[in-house]
Order: sequence, then structure tokens, then C-alpha cells
Amino acid sequence: MALNKWEEIKKDIVESHVWRAIFRHGYEDTPRNRVLMVTANVWLHLHPAKVRRHGVRMRFTWCMGGLTFLMFLMTVITGIYLMFYYRPVAEYAYADMKYLEFDMPFGMLMRNMHRWAAHAMVVFVWLHMFRVFLTGSYKPPREFNWIVGVLLLVLTLLLSFTGYLLPWDQLSIWAVTVGSNMARASPLLGHEGPFHELVGANPIYDARAFLFGGGEIGPHTLLRFYILHCIFIPLVASLLMAVHFWRIRRDGFSGPSL
Amino acid sequence: MAEVAQEKKKPVQIDDKIHTWPHLVRNEFLVAIFVTVVLVIWSVGIDAPLEEPANPTRTPNPSKAPWYFLGLQEMLVYFDPWHAGVVLPTLIIVGLMMIPFIDINPNGNGYYTFKERKYEILTFFLGFHVLWVSMIIIGTFFRGPGWNLFWPWQHWDPHKVVALTNVDLPYLLGFRDYRWSAVFGLFCVLAYFVVGIGLFHAWVIRVKGKEFMQRWGPVRFAITAFLFITMLSLPVKMFLRLAFNVKYILVTPWINI
Ligand code: HEM
Repeated sequence: MALNKWEEIKKDIVESHVWRAIFRHGYEDTPRNRVLMVTANVWLHLHPAKVRRHGVRMRFTWCMGGLTFLMFLMTVITGIYLMFYYRPVAEYAYADMKYLEFDMPFGMLMRNMHRWAAHAMVVFVWLHMFRVFLTGSYKPPREFNWIVGVLLLVLTLLLSFTGYLLPWDQLSIWAVTVGSNMARASPLLGHEGPFHELVGANPIYDARAFLFGGGEIGPHTLLRFYILHCIFIPLVASLLMAVHFWRIRRDGFSGPSL
Repeated sequence: MAEVAQEKKKPVQIDDKIHTWPHLVRNEFLVAIFVTVVLVIWSVGIDAPLEEPANPTRTPNPSKAPWYFLGLQEMLVYFDPWHAGVVLPTLIIVGLMMIPFIDINPNGNGYYTFKERKYEILTFFLGFHVLWVSMIIIGTFFRGPGWNLFWPWQHWDPHKVVALTNVDLPYLLGFRDYRWSAVFGLFCVLAYFVVGIGLFHAWVIRVKGKEFMQRWGPVRFAITAFLFITMLSLPVKMFLRLAFNVKYILVTPWINI
């Protein structure tokens, strides 16, 4: 009796105008519904409705593309949390890290997750590239998606690199100094690079100064890297990921010919 | 039985497709949960590093780039910054993008195989595992103060004295005049590429045959040969350094290689 009552309530809800405006289909396990599950959902419809059997196996993809994406999402979520408390100003940045660690609820956990997910993303993207190479999935018609992938790889490294500076501790400024010294040595464009006299590059007017926003690593660099790290590179990377996923759908997922 | 017999008759129409929901979505979901849990546990257990506040007047020794760039920093030992830090990374990125266009082997598209793509895979293995990954490992674990080599169990002695015995190749071979040294160095570099590309050419013809070379075309060959020989220049230079203490091969007032 009671059970019937619940069934009735459930039916009332599920068949109400509001519910049906939001949810187009239920969970019945019919072939039609299985397709709808994917095509009627904006997130899931990144997938095709059906995939070839081998493509689902972890042995084939190692899940690495998807996990790279997951790590990206993790850093976005935890990164937004960190952004609420972090000020990209030389006087405050380091203090804000301490503040995060000791005063913010879950601050340290969020920071740790952000950091480790970023490292994991670098590892996963390399493994992903390795798997794509091993399965020869860059061969026609997927040449272009491989190029997009290489750009994503570079962006992943740059994301990690720009984020490295933000804690504004000894580790970060010196790691970034060492990493950026390459820019100083660029041929023509760096003031220590070969042939720099030809374009007149000097310590405050060369490729590294452009990156740093000045001749030395300093507060201006912190702001620059912050904007690159939190806005510019994630934006470009997201756009390229959209292209990447779109092309996987368009070109078809790779697999042995039948 | 009847079904099996039917399937055998029309092998062309095999449909090995399965529904994304639930088969793929379920896997993705489970793996995502598993990895998220591992990440959370890891993050609860291990704190991200935070050292003393930034101090531009105190340079730590050693100053290391983030680990994923240590391969580049390690190359700085063997080449000048403009080369190791700018030219080679650019070539790595461009070279990676070239792969789909210089590899015209139609086999091994969409499945794992070593037999059908031996040389492609071995080359990737050399570049990625042997050079890139092992250089990162060396840079991370075996480099101490002064960028000197230390075993992981050795004390990092900042006063370790390492004799600077490196000499330039032309000097080693008796050249004392700067101009002739430069000419000789340039000759060596050019000869390295000419001989290297020549050997590569001969090797391709021998292993793959003339017919393949024709299909491959001169542009693809030239790009591949250049990238491959450039990649080999790293282990070659490492060998010259470690065996003969060679610093530079080409010495000029503008660039050294
Ligand atoms: C931010 C970085 C990246 C993300 C989030 C990403 C994501 C993905 C995902 C989810 C897939 C589906 C299959 C799979 O999981 O393996 C995929 C496929 C693919 N990726 Fe990536 N990827 C990234 C970087 C790269 C890189 C660095 C390369 C190569 C240099 C690359 C080349 C490809 C290609 C060619 C495919 C098609 C594979 C096939 O059809 O078998 N991607 N990517």
C-alpha cells in the first residue's frame, strides 16, 4: 500500500510539466535510450553514440587523453578556489600562500591537489602522446589532430611553468629564472644570444624582458605570469582542446581496419 | 549454429560497435573516480613545497628549473644556451609536428605493432625515452651544486672541486690560430651533417630500397635526415665531452657549437 503511494508520487513528479521540460528521457535500457543518453546530453555528446569495441579497452588508450583532461579540470576547479585567496602582488603573494595553508578551510588540500594534478597532467600528456604514437593514430586522416596535440603539450608545459612562479618563494623565482634564461639567449631576440647587436636587443629590451615585463624577475613578472597562468593559457588551451575533441569525432577514432 | 554460419558468410559487414552508454561512459566514470581518489589521498599525505620567501639576492646552488624542463637544462651542459635552450627545443616541437608528414608507412594505423614499424618506434624511443626522459632523471637526481654530478647517496658538497679540463676540438687537434680553428670547426660541423645525411641515405636505400626512397621523396627525406642527424648530435656531443673533454667543436666570436 505504502509502496503504491510512493510510486504514485514518483509518477506525479516524473510526469510533471517541469520535470519533462528538463529531462527528455528516462533510464530504460533500450537501444534507443542508450543513444539518447549520449546525444541528448551536452557533455556526453562529445562521444559518438556508438564506439568500436577496441576503443573502449583501457589497453588501447591507457585512458591517458581522458585523464589529461580530468587533470586539467581538477586544476581549474582547485585553481578557482585558490584564486579567491591569492593576490598576485609581490608583497602579498607569499603571505597568501601561508594564509592558505594555515587559515583557509581546505586551503592546503586545494593547493596540494592543484600542484599534484598539474604534475600529473604533464606526465599523462606525455604518456598520451606516447600511446598515440604507438598506435600510429597520427596517420591519415589524423595528422592535424597530432599537431593540435603537440600545441596542447607545449601549452601544458607553459601552464605548469607559469604557475611555478606564483608562490613567490625561493624555489619558484629561481626555477623560473633558470627556465627563462633561455629567452635571454635567443638568437637575435635575446641580449645574450648570437647576433643580438643586429636588432639592438639589450637587457631591458629583449625576449626575456618581454616575458618578465622588465629586465629582472620582479613584481611585474608575477602579475604577467599570473595573467598568463590564470587567463590567457587556459583560454587558449581550452579552445585547442575543443578543436582536439571535435577532430577526434570528425576524423573517427583510430582502430584496426575491419 | 545457424547464426555462426551466417556470420562467416559475410565477413565484410562485421559491426564491432557497442553503445557508448553504458560501456564507455562507465569505464570513464570509474577511472575518473579512482584517479580522483588517488589524487585526494596523495594530496592529503604530501604537501606541495613552499620554501622561504623569494629573495632575488640569494641564488640557491643548484638552481633547478621545474623537473619537466630539466632535460633542457641538462642539454646546457653540452651546448650553449642559444642552441640548447632555443634552437633545439624549437626543433623538437617542429619535429614532433612533422611526424605525421614524414612517416608514410601506411601500416600500424590504429593498432599496436612493433614489427610493422620498427624504425619509427625505435627512433621515437631514442628521442623520448633514452634522451628526454633519462636527461630529466639525470637532472633531477644526479645534479648537485655547481651542476656537478653526484650520486643520490652522496653529500651535496658545494665546494666540490671539479677540474675544468674541457678544451675545444680544434685546439685539441693542434689548431692555435683563431681563424683556422673556426674554419676547421665549421668544416667539422658541415662534415658531420653531410656524412650523417649521406650515411642515412645509404642506409635507407639498403634497408627500404630504392622504390621506397622514390615514394618518400627528397623533401621528406631531407627533413627527416636533418632532424634525425640533429637529434644524434646530442649523444655525439655527450660522448665527445665525456670521453675527450671536448667543449666546443665550432668556435667563433658569435656562436659556439
Ligand atoms: C592537454 C592535452 C591533451 C588532452 C586533454 C587530450 C585529450 C585527448 C582525448 C580525451 C583523446 C581520446 C582518446 C584517448 O583518450 O586516448 C585524445 C585523442 C588523441 N590525441 Fe590527445 N590530448 C591532449 C594532448 C595530445 C598530444 C600532446 C597529442 C600528440 C602529440 C595528442 C594527439 C591525439 C590524437 C592523434 C588523438 C586521436 C587518437 C585516436 O584516434 O586514436 N593529444 N586526446
